[in-house]
Amino acid sequence: MTSIATHPSAPLNAPSQAPLREPLRPRTRSPFVKKFLANKGAVVGAVVLIIFILAALLAPWIAPHDPLKANFLAVRKAPSLIYWLGTDELGRDLFSRLLWGARSSLLAGGVSVAIAMVIGVPLGLLAGYFGGKLDAVISRIMEALLSCPFLVLAIALGAFLGPSLSNAMIAIGLSAMPIFSRLTRGQVLAIRHEDYLEGARAIGLPDRWIILRYVLPNVLSPLVVQATLTIASAILAEASLSFLGLGQQPPSPSWGSMLNTAKNFMEQAPWMSIAPGVAIYITVLCFNLLGDGLRDALDPKS
Amino acid sequence: MLTFILRRLLSAIPTLILVSLFVFTLQKLLPGDPVQAMAGEERDPAVMEYLREKYRLNDPLPLQYVHWVGNVLQGDFGTSLRTEQPVTVLLASKLPVTIELAVLALIIALVIGIPTGVISAVRKGTSVDYAANVFALSGISIPHFWLGILLIMIFAVKLQWLPASGFVPLGEDVGQNLKTLILPAFVLGAGLSGVLMRHTRSAMLEVLRADYVRTARAKGLFPRTVILKHALRNALMPIVTLTTLLFGELLGGAVLTEQVFSIPGFGKMIVDAVFNRDYAVVQGVVLCVAIGFLLLNLLADVLYRLINPRLRTA
Repeated sequence: MTSIATHPSAPLNAPSQAPLREPLRPRTRSPFVKKFLANKGAVVGAVVLIIFILAALLAPWIAPHDPLKANFLAVRKAPSLIYWLGTDELGRDLFSRLLWGARSSLLAGGVSVAIAMVIGVPLGLLAGYFGGKLDAVISRIMEALLSCPFLVLAIALGAFLGPSLSNAMIAIGLSAMPIFSRLTRGQVLAIRHEDYLEGARAIGLPDRWIILRYVLPNVLSPLVVQATLTIASAILAEASLSFLGLGQQPPSPSWGSMLNTAKNFMEQAPWMSIAPGVAIYITVLCFNLLGDGLRDALDPKS
Repeated sequence: MLTFILRRLLSAIPTLILVSLFVFTLQKLLPGDPVQAMAGEERDPAVMEYLREKYRLNDPLPLQYVHWVGNVLQGDFGTSLRTEQPVTVLLASKLPVTIELAVLALIIALVIGIPTGVISAVRKGTSVDYAANVFALSGISIPHFWLGILLIMIFAVKLQWLPASGFVPLGEDVGQNLKTLILPAFVLGAGLSGVLMRHTRSAMLEVLRADYVRTARAKGLFPRTVILKHALRNALMPIVTLTTLLFGELLGGAVLTEQVFSIPGFGKMIVDAVFNRDYAVVQGVVLCVAIGFLLLNLLADVLYRLINPRLRTA
């Protein structure tokens, strides 16, 4: 029988004057970082997103105009040196509104996915770990929530909660929650009978400890990938709700509500429709690229 | 097969009960007293009491739920508070429009998505594959309603080839009907074609590695025969089930597309109902959509068993 302590690199009879300093090793990048950096799309996505997030954070300082101040002398002006992206129907600068609107879009993406994960992941952990009746109940509830298309559910919830950005985030988060619960449950089921979990149970660790210290870290990476991809759908959903008038309320800018107004001026001021749409499209595209890249980099099979 | 369908139908019942409970709770959580809204300016206590009795609002909640479910089972999904039409009648008049739009969108998505998926799998790693992937990811990332606005600006405002909005029923004029639906159907189909392309591509890559494909190649069949007859047929199996499920997603996407193009379908109905605070309609629609979605799920399972001979005897 071999003892765990006898590791080939640490012979028991090692001389006591052995150097304590670790031998110098060449710096190696983890395979994850290497794979991620090799994926050009994912890197571009990450860089663009960092720029967007910075722009949103710095909006009060870098926006050239007040996003809310109407100027009736400059109504629906085409893009120019003063108004880089033109002005809207109240003479507000579109570039400044775009920067401020980035805040609501990115915030909505992040917060709604956080809501979805905070509720969905623990439910999935419980359902997968304990199984039995608890699993049956949780899984049925998730199925019921999943039986309604994401957007229809978010619209219905948004309607009942009342139109506002925070309610839109709650509605999107609740609609996205079953995705995380299901994914977590599936991942837990896959590892439930692994030796390290059996071992942890055998030495009598409490379930709460096992779930937090042994199960959760081992199911985390698919959750990170899913979170990134869900932020993309959440931003689209927030834009959709705002476009319908169920999200950010005027006069505060949001990309979706900017498009809602812009559609009334397609002939007179087509530029009003271009910038917010491009902004949503690029942000969502970058989150998708990032998510795909993370998935490929975290997948041990590839 | 029949027992399988029956078993699946039975297992959908708890889900349906939960959905109905969920919809019922939403109704009860609503702020405001519906009776006060209905009783008009005077709020005559006698009238309010009469209305409470009429709509059984004095009953305890569980009894109200049972009564409501009883009505739903008899096909009574409630009455629009605004137009006073039954929700089922409203749905029956709006749903065909949305279904036509969804079917057209699905055709467009399949016609674009599957061939590009096959080509990009066969030409994996080439610039063709790269372009197809960028196209697919764009289709997924682009907001439907924005694509709709762009297409209206190009084809209706600038070129004036197609109407910007409006709708002509199929029964009235087929040509005009298609003219009003082609842009919205393309908008809806574009996003879906991206999803389909990605799935077709990965299914094809999986199948192209299989032994029987190598055998077919080794015995000297034309590459086209190998790809279309041996590989694609097997790769299509997951695609069929996926398509059934995506049809449900199309209903969700239709909400926005109908709003942009002012098409009087069920999506526009739900949005209008939301803004008119016509909660009976919202509720009825959510319940109907959930039932439809569960049936589509069942259909997907059945289809999968039908086309996959390995599962047929199970």
